[in-house]
Amino acid sequence: MSKQIVLPFGPQHPVLPEPIHLDLVLEDERVIEAVPSIGYVHRGLEKLVEKRDYKDYVFIAERICGICSFIHSATYCHAVETVMEVEVPRRAEYLRTIWSEYSRLHSHLLWLGCFADSMGYENLFMNSWRLREKILDVLERTTGGRVIQGVCRVGGVSRDIPPEELARMSRELAGLRPELRELTRVFEEDITVQTRTKRIGLLPKDAAWDLGAVGPVCRGSGISSDMRSTGYAAYDDLDFKPVVKSDGDCYARCLVRAEEMFSSISLIEKAIDRIPGGDVLVPVKGNPSGEFYARAEQPRGEVIHYVKANGKKNLQRHRVRTPTLANVPALVKMLAGCELADVPVIVLTIDPCIGCMER
Amino acid sequence: MIKKAQSFQALSPAELIQSVQTCHDEGYRLVQISCTHDGDNYELTYSFDRDLALSHLRIRIPPETAIPSISRIYLAAFVYENEIADLFGIPITGIAIDYKGTFIRTKIPHPFGSPQVVKAGSKTEERDE
Amino acid sequence: MKAGVMALTVLKNLIKGPYTSRYPYAPAKVSPATRGYLDVTIEDCIFCGLCRMHCPADAIEVNKTERTWTINRFRCVICGCCVDYCPKKCLHCEQSYTVPGTEPVIAQYTGPVPEEKPVQPGESSA
Repeated sequence: MSKQIVLPFGPQHPVLPEPIHLDLVLEDERVIEAVPSIGYVHRGLEKLVEKRDYKDYVFIAERICGICSFIHSATYCHAVETVMEVEVPRRAEYLRTIWSEYSRLHSHLLWLGCFADSMGYENLFMNSWRLREKILDVLERTTGGRVIQGVCRVGGVSRDIPPEELARMSRELAGLRPELRELTRVFEEDITVQTRTKRIGLLPKDAAWDLGAVGPVCRGSGISSDMRSTGYAAYDDLDFKPVVKSDGDCYARCLVRAEEMFSSISLIEKAIDRIPGGDVLVPVKGNPSGEFYARAEQPRGEVIHYVKANGKKNLQRHRVRTPTLANVPALVKMLAGCELADVPVIVLTIDPCIGCMER
Repeated sequence: MIKKAQSFQALSPAELIQSVQTCHDEGYRLVQISCTHDGDNYELTYSFDRDLALSHLRIRIPPETAIPSISRIYLAAFVYENEIADLFGIPITGIAIDYKGTFIRTKIPHPFGSPQVVKAGSKTEERDE
Repeated sequence: MKAGVMALTVLKNLIKGPYTSRYPYAPAKVSPATRGYLDVTIEDCIFCGLCRMHCPADAIEVNKTERTWTINRFRCVICGCCVDYCPKKCLHCEQSYTVPGTEPVIAQYTGPVPEEKPVQPGESSA
């Protein structure tokens, strides 16, 4: 038996978009154990809720993450609205759903690019990000921001999408589908991708359940857990079905995300078809009092926004449980026993978003 | 919008391990652990999910009281428990992977546990990036 | 498992030429909704300070006695929160972007002196 060494991985590493540190205990090239440590980008955003008006805090909640920003703000608003018993206009809920799904599309395309990059497939990385640009254009046209949309308000959304713009979005989505198919075909069939991902980073179904994995990580292991099935916002109208794969390896997680993009497109198309007319914002008066745990499905998994208020304009507590934090125990399990060269690929398959994780 | 009821069950800290074990045996998934202030006391909420419905266990503890870790039952709890120990300064005993205060490294120890000193006339204190 | 799945895409990309634009030599892609940077019509401003109170980033300072409206461009996150709160609708988001820099840019706008004194509309930025 050879000697064990500890190899620091991160916080600065070419494959990591954000700082996370892993201590890898190695025996030759094999990882025996991985110990994550975080805390490089802790900003204390949750504490800031005690200083800000609960309505202005939407903008701060949105900036918890730079990728799944819209869903953060929508979930925060959902939590506050439930506490205040505000009835959000149905059209606003549909618009939130449409923008949420666009966020998911662009986040998954970003992830596919980063994932290709982590196995050294630069060309695929650029192609993914080129397609992502089309999604960002739609988001910028309809909300004014590419990644930070800033349209969610307590009581609805601040901006409506006119019918002609909805028709244009629908046309563009139809054109996007073949391009996406061309891109995902590479992830499904290419020898480079398959040799780097198949049977690597295994997470069996019962381990995924025990470790509390969420999002594509648990759906890649055969657990059909998707918060969109709870039917928040307009998802109850859109016949949503989660994408589930049962292999539990990096390849399965990659396919889950690739297929979710197509399910997002059909969700948006259905939402555009069925969107009702009416107002998009109701005036909200008074201050919230009470508590609520709101859950939503982000591109990375289930997010929890907990708000607790006592009738003042500043909330008492806002707590966010982000999907990356829930996926860290699963990551530790996946890394044990893998080869050192596979560590970047495995770390990327949980889609780590450290800014989210530490708030 | 479909609203599902959320049930809270208040417990004493001594009953915690037993109840969490029951949840584990009944096939609940640990969703999160959160901590809030409740006057001078702390309020810890353990949330579990089964069939897309949330249920919560809640304990109230005075400050500086040690509570037992549930990470021997749910390993996933170690991230939440280390977080609470670092941010609120609640001692949690027997965490499976105990970082001993180095999980989230902050300039001020236990920043969420105590009211922060705010400079008069400036709101910038929080933004210590 | 196949090799050369990308071949067709690579060939297409070879013929198509670059997808990127040469910003800053070519103009950046914007839409009428784009939030580029925050601008103020200082003549209409009544220096009520609502924008300062509600700014999530504390980027705005308002001085009623000196009639100045100051923004720290490095702090501003261009959320548009102040635009919603402004009672005189004198704040708006411009569609272009400010130039990148290494030093914080603090822009100060001085409002015109009220009616009873000689009117001198002026704007200066530091």
